[in-house]
Amino acid sequence: MKDRTIICRCGDLTLEDLQQLIREGFTTLDELKRISRLGMGPCRGSTCLELVAREISRLTGVGIGQIKMPTNRPLLTGIKLAELAGEGDD
Amino acid sequence: MIKKRAEVVVIGGGVIGCAIAYNLARLGCRDVVVLERNYLASGATGRCGAGIRQQWGTEMNCFLARESMKLFEEMNQLLAVKRDIELKQGGYLLLAFSEREMEQFEQNLRLQQSMGIPSRLVTPGEAREIVPYLNTAQVVGGAFCPTDGHANPFKVTQAYADAARKLGVKIYTFTEARDIKIAKGRIVGVDTSQGFIKTTKVVNAAGGYAGVIGRMVGIEIPVKSERHQILVTEAVEPLQQPMIISFSYNIYCQQTPEGTFMMGFGDPTEPESYNIKSSWQFLEEMARKATRLLPLLGNLRVIRQWAGLYNITPDRQPIIAHSSEVSGFYLAVGFSGHGFMIAPMTGQLIAEMILEQELTVELKLDLERFERGELILEPSVV
Repeated sequence: MKDRTIICRCGDLTLEDLQQLIREGFTTLDELKRISRLGMGPCRGSTCLELVAREISRLTGVGIGQIKMPTNRPLLTGIKLAELAGEGDD
Repeated sequence: MIKKRAEVVVIGGGVIGCAIAYNLARLGCRDVVVLERNYLASGATGRCGAGIRQQWGTEMNCFLARESMKLFEEMNQLLAVKRDIELKQGGYLLLAFSEREMEQFEQNLRLQQSMGIPSRLVTPGEAREIVPYLNTAQVVGGAFCPTDGHANPFKVTQAYADAARKLGVKIYTFTEARDIKIAKGRIVGVDTSQGFIKTTKVVNAAGGYAGVIGRMVGIEIPVKSERHQILVTEAVEPLQQPMIISFSYNIYCQQTPEGTFMMGFGDPTEPESYNIKSSWQFLEEMARKATRLLPLLGNLRVIRQWAGLYNITPDRQPIIAHSSEVSGFYLAVGFSGHGFMIAPMTGQLIAEMILEQELTVELKLDLERFERGELILEPSVV
């Protein structure tokens, strides 16, 4: 069942995909994010980033506290372009 | 431990640096080191709009863009990639908002067609056939090249890096170039955060930090760095084939193969800086511009925004050259927002220059053109 465990639900990335990428040398969250799109979906990594950090730590031996989290970018939640454009305002 | 010596040291692990390293190795020079102070494509490359456009207004730019597109088209095979580079050739639809702009398009088009670039003029009605939800109320016309498009900058950079490594190139990430040592006007080595590398040839491919690297050899490169911002929406079903762009309305907007929409514009009031923080001002202005031109997109949720640096020269054309002041110092800098799309040819040309081979095309992109006042007049820059 290992290959069916979904780590990033937005990006449809499995635990096995992730382990392969780490073994290939993508050993930071920033690199993993950019090669696989994990954490770039609507949930903004709120589900996966902690899980992925733990897996990096387990496979590389780097302490979990030493694993750098990616830049926390705006927005905190999805907002429609029309709302941002101020439609409905005076 | 990093290598103690190398024939060539490339500073910068973006698409330009990795393409140069690959091409050097491909042409027989495998003793090459790439230094990247962060991770691959962590700077301008990974933050760019990802577009690949062949619709230019000078012969040299048309050539560089056309030949680069050929390489993008064949890249999955040429580099034997592990991951598809996600090239999407849905075209570039350039919109004109005045008769004068349309005349410029017509002039460019004659040049492009003479060079085999399959662009054509479109009426506002024809533009709506290509993008049905386009608001053409202010649009006078446009130009469309069906073979333009975009690709994934991370995957392209990674593909060049993987192919370069296979040929023996050493790529050191999280390794910073701190200084370039010179003796009697010649380069003798690069001081890095991991130790000293003896070399006589250094390539400046440092993107937004090209000016900093130039100062290491005592050259003041006429470039400035400037923040440019982008936003991305949630993914939806395929709606939009081409990249839509307008120089005068100041916008570009594409839908990636993933289904997300990516868009940006250039803020004329943006100051010179290394700032890459996102701003809410951008978010609001971008939303206004996008929903006015592409009303249907108003329903899409923005999920993230980011910023990167343009490295801009006085004529908004890159410097792809050997320094006349410091022997062994090569520049691939100042791409002014369109480096990704010509990276394949840039990699090849710099490699040819270093290996003293005949160049595939005559370049007029030397550093001294600014002093001579021979700026390149390219009408089609964002």
